[in-house]
Amino acid sequence: MSGLADYLRQNEDAVLAALREHLELALLPVVVGLLLAVPVGALAHRYRLLRPPLLGVTSVLYAVPSLALFVVLPGILGTRILDPVNIVVALSVYTFALLVRTVVDGLGSVPPAVTAAATAVGYRRGRRLLQVELPVALPVVLAGLRVATVSNVSLVSVGALLGVGGLGELFTSGFQLDYTPPIVVGIVLSVALALLLDTAIVLAQRALTPWVRAGEAR
Amino acid sequence: MSLAGDVVAFLADGANWSLDDPYDVPNRLVEHLQYTGIALGLGALVAVPLGLWIGHTGRFAFLAINAGNAGRSLPTLGLLTLVVTLVGLGLTPVVVALVVLAVPPLLTGTYAGVRAVDRAAVDAARGQGMTERQVLLGVEVPMALPLIMGGLRAATLQVVSTATVAAYVALGGFGRFLVDGLAVQDYPQMVAGAVLVAALAILLDLLLAGVQRAVVSPGVSGRAAAARPRPRKATA
Repeated sequence: MSGLADYLRQNEDAVLAALREHLELALLPVVVGLLLAVPVGALAHRYRLLRPPLLGVTSVLYAVPSLALFVVLPGILGTRILDPVNIVVALSVYTFALLVRTVVDGLGSVPPAVTAAATAVGYRRGRRLLQVELPVALPVVLAGLRVATVSNVSLVSVGALLGVGGLGELFTSGFQLDYTPPIVVGIVLSVALALLLDTAIVLAQRALTPWVRAGEAR
Repeated sequence: MSLAGDVVAFLADGANWSLDDPYDVPNRLVEHLQYTGIALGLGALVAVPLGLWIGHTGRFAFLAINAGNAGRSLPTLGLLTLVVTLVGLGLTPVVVALVVLAVPPLLTGTYAGVRAVDRAAVDAARGQGMTERQVLLGVEVPMALPLIMGGLRAATLQVVSTATVAAYVALGGFGRFLVDGLAVQDYPQMVAGAVLVAALAILLDLLLAGVQRAVVSPGVSGRAAAARPRPRKATA
């Protein structure tokens, strides 16, 4: 245990920098993936014919191993292999692939009576989607967002095999030096970061969907 | 030549497919499947009985519910390097890291499958005088099978993808093409490795989808109902 304390004292700055890089590399893709998945998911929900091909493509995308994607992307994007952009794009692809299905499921879970009522009160299609259907779909979408966020945090570290990856660099350096403390610190911080972000989404969900709890309380 | 051309050339080169050379594709495939198989087998050995027990008795349900998130948040690379520094290089660290990856989806899938079984069906089975063992094996397991298979497919996908990290700690598998390619800046070799892993992951998923179709009873999957001719609508 004193080994851990010594390591932390001597490498405080490097560990904090790795943590910050990890956070950025994990969070940016969540935002990008979500912004892309909502319109595509809404399209797939609206046009039934689009659904099977879109969901098929996204499930194949999700099956591509992360390290493989990190490696292939520079060839496609024309970036350097050490560029953090590859990690961000790869994880955005995963988040997108996972969330398209969730958005479709979420919009599918909106009771038809709710949609009909909104239409009857005079909502047009676009405004109905934004102000009625998406908010009602939020619990399902956010459940998917939790999965995507937590697995992103864990996947970022794989990027360390290519030389970029926040806390993952603690794993590779610990392995090269055959020295346990950085690895333990990396694991603990990575898990803590994942749980923290997960809790943040749960709290956001409570704030954004007050009617869910109001329904339970009755 | 273009990158795609180089990759195709690598994959089409007969010299990379020799059965005798341990550094070539067939042997890397066997290694990759070995790690995957051992990890999934051990993972299922732990997770499936545990999930069945938790689902059947309802005891320690929080364990099965939270296993998913906890498992996803553990960085596999960190676990792998940690076990290496503790026990040294070898098969053990890779298997430990991959089993930890395989258990959560299998456990939550099995638990959720058993929990989702219609209580009326379970009560009816008990009412007919089935023993607890018969209720579990004869009613709950067959009805839970789609979700158990779903858990297995998710676990397989993750384990196959992640087994590439074995190469980082000096073992084989398709990850070798990625790690060796990176070391010598042979980019086409890396991409070929990536393509091979992705193809294997998708192939295994299709295979398991076929297995799922074969083992899930038509009465559970809904295919029996779909095949039955619909009753003619009474016309006025």
